Amino acid sequence: MLQLSGNKVPLDAVVTCLVETGRVEFSLVDLRKGEAAVLDHIDLPFDEARRLMELGFLPGSRITAGLSAPGGDPRVFQVDGSEIALRRETAKLLKVKLLKPPRVP
Amino acid sequence: MELGRGIALKTVVLVGPPNSGKTTLFNRLTGLRQKVANFPGVTVEQHTGLAPLPDGRAARIIDLPGIYSLSPRSEDEQVAYNVLTGAQEGTPKPEAVLLVLDSTNLARHLMLAAPILALGLPTLIILNMADDLRNRGGKLDLAALSAQLGAPVALINARGGEGLEQVFDFLAGAMDKPQFRELPILNDVPKCRQWAGGVGSKAAYLPPAPPKWTRRLDSVFLHPVAGPLIFILVVYQVFRAIFVVAAPLTDGVKYLFDLTGNWVATALPDTLLRSLLIKGVWQGVGSVVVFLPQVLMLFLFIGILEDSGYLARAALIADRTMAKVGLQGKSFIPLLSAYGCAVPAILATRTIENKRDRYATILIAPFMTCSARLPVYTLVIAAFIPARPLLGSFLDAQVMALIGLYVLGFLAAVVTARILKSSVLKSVRTPFLLEMPSYRWPTLQSLGLRLLDRATVFLRRAGTVILLVTVVLWVMEHLPYSNGRPPEIAGSLAGTIGRTIEPVIKPLGFNWKIGIGLLTSLAARETIVSTLGEIYGMDSESNKLELQNALRHDLTPGGAFALLVFFAFAMQCISTIAVVRRETGGWKWPALQFAYMGVLAYVGAFVTAHLIH
Repeated sequence: MLQLSGNKVPLDAVVTCLVETGRVEFSLVDLRKGEAAVLDHIDLPFDEARRLMELGFLPGSRITAGLSAPGGDPRVFQVDGSEIALRRETAKLLKVKLLKPPRVP
Repeated sequence: MELGRGIALKTVVLVGPPNSGKTTLFNRLTGLRQKVANFPGVTVEQHTGLAPLPDGRAARIIDLPGIYSLSPRSEDEQVAYNVLTGAQEGTPKPEAVLLVLDSTNLARHLMLAAPILALGLPTLIILNMADDLRNRGGKLDLAALSAQLGAPVALINARGGEGLEQVFDFLAGAMDKPQFRELPILNDVPKCRQWAGGVGSKAAYLPPAPPKWTRRLDSVFLHPVAGPLIFILVVYQVFRAIFVVAAPLTDGVKYLFDLTGNWVATALPDTLLRSLLIKGVWQGVGSVVVFLPQVLMLFLFIGILEDSGYLARAALIADRTMAKVGLQGKSFIPLLSAYGCAVPAILATRTIENKRDRYATILIAPFMTCSARLPVYTLVIAAFIPARPLLGSFLDAQVMALIGLYVLGFLAAVVTARILKSSVLKSVRTPFLLEMPSYRWPTLQSLGLRLLDRATVFLRRAGTVILLVTVVLWVMEHLPYSNGRPPEIAGSLAGTIGRTIEPVIKPLGFNWKIGIGLLTSLAARETIVSTLGEIYGMDSESNKLELQNALRHDLTPGGAFALLVFFAFAMQCISTIAVVRRETGGWKWPALQFAYMGVLAYVGAFVTAHLIH
């Protein structure tokens, strides 16, 4: 657990810790072009998630964000040897574990 | 396309994921010996062909739509499953399966091998795109893979024709059932993928490097600035092809028809038969065939865009805009082509997998101002709107009117789409997914076969129905006889019907003569121009100005604008109705479409006639 006694804890350490413990939920929409993540789970019932899984979006698979339409929606994601474009509304439902700490503004 | 009775044809099914090059292989195996039909009861296309075998026999190959799995989630998968298990009516139970997978994406594609092998039919696992695998440094041990799966494996390149003899050998050979192997639980997608990955690694599969050229081209085609610009350029070219490039070809076809029509006219005595042949058959068939250059041009462009892989990128760029109306990016090209003619546009909606999005696109396509409306618009605008400049000398009133009509059609389409997609055709919440295939050069063979296929469908379906209707109309215009002479158009059956409906159309500012025109234009919009010519006793082509004068006598400006609005909204095209019926698998949707557009046309014309005195 974190120790917040008196000492100032650097912000990115806090965020890294949160990411590693999986406490903060990130999804594919949080990825910028070129960034990669590992799929944790899909927030959809099995039937609706099925097509996504068949295309390679399975828990544990590595997903890299690629190019997009102007405005970022839909965006192409590289997964399991293919490039699949997803709308933002769908990308939101694919929860991931980031592979590097998110940029702290 | 029968080979001759008594020769038993082996029925073989070709199955595989989308973008595995399955259709290229199908074309290679069957060439021109293929035909298209619909599976009965569904709107899925069935391509069947005959593949010649070395020993002189042939195999009947059924090409199934691209599927990712056999779980019957979509119509495509349901049909594939039915065909494979022999449960599809009208299709014989297959004796063997050709499973086509992309060798550059083997680990994932092998997921489909599990349910296919589980069927127990003799199966040949075909790994396609051998050239890409080689060039990008991928490798695998074919013998080990075959041992893993318990079935023969062939590594081929369908586009280049490499390795095809292995396929023919399999088809001609004994075709043993696959040997029993441990297969995963089919419904468990993660386990299935694990199994596929395991098979791949036991076969020493080394995945190839990512496709360099695809990445490079995408950095241009999906560039935030260059991407949309290129897209607009491509769209402009398609538009231009439909209108400008096809125009001389259209004129050529028209010329041919007029020429041959004249031959028939001079060769036959002036009898009823001649009148039927010229006015009925030649003009009827001609009015459909004249669209063929536009149809072919459109499908050539779509073929190039689709086969090269660019269409997926275009659908991506267009998606946001289309989503605002409730549609998706893939609706864009069909709706654009509807500005030429709705018939090929509706055929082009086959690229939209989501059934409801597809139907919504089909239902709004006829609102796009098709080229058949132009002769009508031109005639009425020329007769009723002076060629006066508006807003200084920049814009011409006539041009503005034409643009206004285009906008009207566009708005009707957009509003109708919103209504449809928020009610009747509301989409089940399936996630929107679009696979970006690697860029490839389209092959001449596949483009050519596609054009031939579309041309045949277009001519056969649209031609038979419209020919029938034109002949019926001709009969109505030439009956009843009085004193052994054909009636004046006013006294004919068609004229009587025009007079009967006059009370209904009078509030729109139309008289019975326009009424006859509305009747004949049901078959094809531009027919009203020649019908009006006939009614006013003059040739519509050579006496344009006089026809305009005659119209001005009979129509008020209000009625004229009402007529324009009517034509903007009404469904007046038997060919379109026929194609919608075919693509939606029944009469329900075309009937609804006809009624909806008819009501909209009537109300629109009514309002217009009363707004403008």
